[in-house]
Amino acid sequence: MARKLTAAIVGPGNIGTDLLFKLLRSDVVEPRWMIGVDAASEGLRIASDKGLDVSHEGVDWLLKQDELPDLLFEATSAYVHREYAPRYAEAGIRAIDLTPAAVGPAVIPPVNGLEHVGALNVNMITCGGQATIPMVNAVSRITPVPYAEIVASVSSVSAGPGTRANIDEFTSTTSAGVVSIGGAERGKAIIILNPAEPPMIMRDTIFCAVDPDADEDAIAESVHRMERAVQEYVPGYRLLQEPQFDGPSDATQGRKRVSIFVEVEGAGDFLPPYSGNLDIMTAAAAQVGENIARHLLENAGSN
Amino acid sequence: MADLNTLQRTWSGIHGDEPFGKLDLRLTDTCLRDGSHHKRHQFTATEVHDIVEALDNAGVPVIEVTHGDGLGGSSFNYGFSRTPEQELIKIAAETAKRAKIAFLMLPGLGTKDDIRAAQDNGGQICRVATHCTEADVSIQHFGLARDLGLETVGFLMMSHTQPPEVLAKQARIMVDAGCQCVYVVDSAGALIMEQTADRVSAVVAEIGHQADVGFHGHENLGLGVSNTVIAARAGATQIDGSVRRFGAGAGNMPLEAFVGVSDKLGWTTGVDFLKIVDASEDVIKPAMPEECQLDRMTLMMGYAGVYSSFLKHAGNAAERYGVSGAQILLEAGNRKLIGGQEDQLIDIALMLKARDAEAAGV
Repeated sequence: MARKLTAAIVGPGNIGTDLLFKLLRSDVVEPRWMIGVDAASEGLRIASDKGLDVSHEGVDWLLKQDELPDLLFEATSAYVHREYAPRYAEAGIRAIDLTPAAVGPAVIPPVNGLEHVGALNVNMITCGGQATIPMVNAVSRITPVPYAEIVASVSSVSAGPGTRANIDEFTSTTSAGVVSIGGAERGKAIIILNPAEPPMIMRDTIFCAVDPDADEDAIAESVHRMERAVQEYVPGYRLLQEPQFDGPSDATQGRKRVSIFVEVEGAGDFLPPYSGNLDIMTAAAAQVGENIARHLLENAGSN
Repeated sequence: MADLNTLQRTWSGIHGDEPFGKLDLRLTDTCLRDGSHHKRHQFTATEVHDIVEALDNAGVPVIEVTHGDGLGGSSFNYGFSRTPEQELIKIAAETAKRAKIAFLMLPGLGTKDDIRAAQDNGGQICRVATHCTEADVSIQHFGLARDLGLETVGFLMMSHTQPPEVLAKQARIMVDAGCQCVYVVDSAGALIMEQTADRVSAVVAEIGHQADVGFHGHENLGLGVSNTVIAARAGATQIDGSVRRFGAGAGNMPLEAFVGVSDKLGWTTGVDFLKIVDASEDVIKPAMPEECQLDRMTLMMGYAGVYSSFLKHAGNAAERYGVSGAQILLEAGNRKLIGGQEDQLIDIALMLKARDAEAAGV
């Protein structure tokens, strides 16, 4: 049997618990610790039932153990992660950060998933970023994108207190990712929280400005190829429509507009399927963790 | 029967240094913000200068100037501004002699940096709008605005979708965060008389001892003035409208009409009726691409409870894909879309097109 790397999940909330279910299926990552700060946490109870070592005494408890994890998934808050990231690095633990702390380089699996496998800390940007930046990249790998804009609509019940209290961080972190990883020259991000009942499945729209002569067939083919690449780790990620092309106008400064409509249905591991926004975060984080694990295991094997 | 003309609450005037004397109701004209939707965000510097000058001269105490969707609204999704909104805010602030300039921002679209820039350009009142169940996304923005010394207003958009007690709780969140006046906002023009009064009353009961309450009405069912009168009687003391209805959907509550009604009822607004009627004809009308009308599309918005600024976007998508604009609006209502989801109107148009093709056996 192939060796696995060990992992700790810090933060036993919705995200951490959903991530646990995904890592339990992994061939290369073994979740062994779940860390929280509340003894009554449901996530800790579930993790304990699944055979993990759990503690409600926070990361300080984990860092005092004789055996430390190879990987650590941070599902707490940006504040906590900024404080502890240096200590993880000191202890040689590789951190995959699901908060918007942005201590390490940002990773979108189908775009730059293998670029930072050697980094000690990587960041998962935001749910809206994970859902839309692949499509910005799908366009920018075909033709220059002077401006890209994404609109993420999520159900109110799937937007936790962290997102709500720091909604500016969502827009700024996401728009930065649209540029740095999506490949647009300028980026803008918009998030809408919709309270409809039953809750709406996450929907995202990606608008890209492109040259009036840009090859529409090549862009459409690239968009479909990217849809399949994301589906490898988020099966419920799908295009709602064919990419739409609108001719240049004064309002768009002579650019053509590409519009891409997607829906993200979650796998329903721990969270309900409508919260595709949370699912794509945990699925992407699991994917990134596995990439790092494979990289380290291969290097260890070749020595 | 109680004397309906005696208001149970009058404007608090808590914000100091008011050049208009004691007002019963403080009016805000929003044709340079809500009207931005009708204008497809194409205001010029000259138009903004002339409109602010005319409204200021008529005694309108607050004038709102921003992209229709608030700070940062210039975009593919909502339409690009012809003139950067910060430039327009600056021109408005330089032009107004007595009126305060207000600006709107929607968390999730605009940011704290946009608020700082608007203040630097002379904006004095920060109005933060959220969907009426999502007030907690505004907390950081109210905090900043108060730290900066701005006057604050909160907008509970699409208020027709929630019962009075829910609105009251959401208003509480805003006031606790530093909001000085919470508006019941009838974004879809869907509220009918007593439904307005019940909502305003519930918000007054919850926050009235700490803050003002406002009402923002639309004309999609032809009830803008009536709803506003009943809101004032229920305790709303800050009132929004747009001269000549210049706003989204069938337009806003016509401010000049409300000034006339207030005169008749003995409510002091500080606005000169004859001057604002002149402004309507001589200055506002020439800046409008067309009058705001109660027609098939705008009636559909009030009827289906659809966010008023969807109008132009639904029209664009209907034309682009050869489907019915009214059907797009009805489906937007079915999907319970809220303000900001203009992108989904394109998806709806494509869905209708596919359905039409299927029905035709294509």
